[in-house]
Amino acid sequence: MKYIIAVVKPHRLDEIRTALTSIGVEGMTVSEVKGFGRQKGHSEVYRGAEYQVDFVPKVKLEIAVEASQAAKVVETIRDAAKTDRIGDGKIFVLNLEDAVRVRTGESGAAAL
Amino acid sequence: MKKKNTIAVATAALIAFGASQGFAQEAAEAAAPAPASDTSAFVFNSLLFLVSGMVVMFMAAGFCMLEAGLVRSKNAATICLKNISLYSVAGLMVYLVGYNLIYGIDSGGFIGSFTTWGADDSDPLGTGYSASSDWYFQMVFVATAASIVSGTLAERIKLFPFLIFVALLTGFIYPIQAGWVWGGGWLDARFDDFAGSTLVHSTGGWAALAGALVLGPRTGKYVGAKVTPIPGSNLPMATLGTFILWLGWFGFNGGSQLALGTIEDAVSVADIFVNTNMAACGGVVTALILTQLLYKKVDLTIVLNGAIGGLVSITAEPLQPAIWQAILIGSVGGVIVTLAVPVLDKLKIDDVVGAIPAHLFCGIWGTLVVPLSNDGVTVFGQLTGIIAIGVFVFVVSLICWLALKYTLGIRASDEDERLGLDKAELGLEAYPEFSKG
Repeated sequence: MKYIIAVVKPHRLDEIRTALTSIGVEGMTVSEVKGFGRQKGHSEVYRGAEYQVDFVPKVKLEIAVEASQAAKVVETIRDAAKTDRIGDGKIFVLNLEDAVRVRTGESGAAAL
Repeated sequence: MKKKNTIAVATAALIAFGASQGFAQEAAEAAAPAPASDTSAFVFNSLLFLVSGMVVMFMAAGFCMLEAGLVRSKNAATICLKNISLYSVAGLMVYLVGYNLIYGIDSGGFIGSFTTWGADDSDPLGTGYSASSDWYFQMVFVATAASIVSGTLAERIKLFPFLIFVALLTGFIYPIQAGWVWGGGWLDARFDDFAGSTLVHSTGGWAALAGALVLGPRTGKYVGAKVTPIPGSNLPMATLGTFILWLGWFGFNGGSQLALGTIEDAVSVADIFVNTNMAACGGVVTALILTQLLYKKVDLTIVLNGAIGGLVSITAEPLQPAIWQAILIGSVGGVIVTLAVPVLDKLKIDDVVGAIPAHLFCGIWGTLVVPLSNDGVTVFGQLTGIIAIGVFVFVVSLICWLALKYTLGIRASDEDERLGLDKAELGLEAYPEFSKG
């Protein structure tokens, strides 16, 4: 199993969700986060004074899938999140040791 | 906003003005309108004061929303408390001493009488309006000046020392200088300020400037030569506040005609509404274009200041200017606020809501430009009033602020300021269910 973490632009979330459910992803966890990457935030002007926005708002998706599905999920997220501009985000893929469904106690791939 | 014996003079002048507009002529050709009875004039004059006074009273809510929107959420409840409190303190002080300090003054005098006001309706035809309607209208003007101060000093001043200053401002400082002009004192013959660009707005602005100098900037606003913006927490609320102020200004300027008992007065009040509106439009559009050009993005908060700047600018003479002049006068107000906000930051004067540019600087501009449309007024006379009132209000305010600083202390502790005055002084939060960004 693989655990996929994607940090993307907030306004792409709906498209990503639609794209992922259409390829059979059964669930995901989403959180609002802030961070910076290579561009190191950006600057804005408020009442005539420039200031640095050090942390840019993003959404973080976490998705657990069977290993065979991972490449397809990553590609789907990338297609849906892409705007071709700086700050489109990152996708991380981790090995996942186990998963447990709380209600039934099923584990492994059956719990996904 | 002069009163009593000057109404007749003003009315005569307005008849002449109406004639020059071809109005009286047309009216005469149609059929001479029946003259207003004393009773109907009395009723309409009083009604103008009451209705105008109500919308000016609501300007206190406008200031409250504007300020609550432009402070951080950790200080929003405190600024709301300060606004409703200052309005109430102003009412008490104008009753106790303020009103008679303004109007209990000898002709050409320097100071009115230190007595409590009571309604005197013994000579209704002599005054032309009910005494309480006039008191109410004057009282809400005084409260407006105090509202200006709270915005500048937000987020770092302690509640009770602030309210003590409000009591001094609304009971003594404002009434003494207002008596010089509107009460018929020494400045009245030299200087003209229709609804209070100088008497109300610059007065509030000078008091705020003195306070800002004594109080110092918010912690973290200026570090070395660097300005750190502290964005407001709720811009929709600040926008609502500005709309409320704009609405209130029709009462502020329109009501300052002081009479609605004749056709001429009704025409004047309506003309004032139009000029007041157009000046604000000019201020907004100018600030909109200017911030886009200067910063490549429009700054909503400066645009809101532009509306106020335009309104303050037209307040010294909202009747005489042609519409294009009113737009121009208001547009210059928009330029003033846009350019002055960063200048104050360079001087490290922390004015949270931009009240000093909008009320003080635009008040001076609006007062100076009166001779453009009013031949009876000279630039020298206007300067005399601006300087006399400016020096008096600024110096006395400075003394009051310093006295408060070295007795009670006016500044919240560093820890309280970081925690937010809502938790530190009130023990509550304006938005307890919001996560902190």
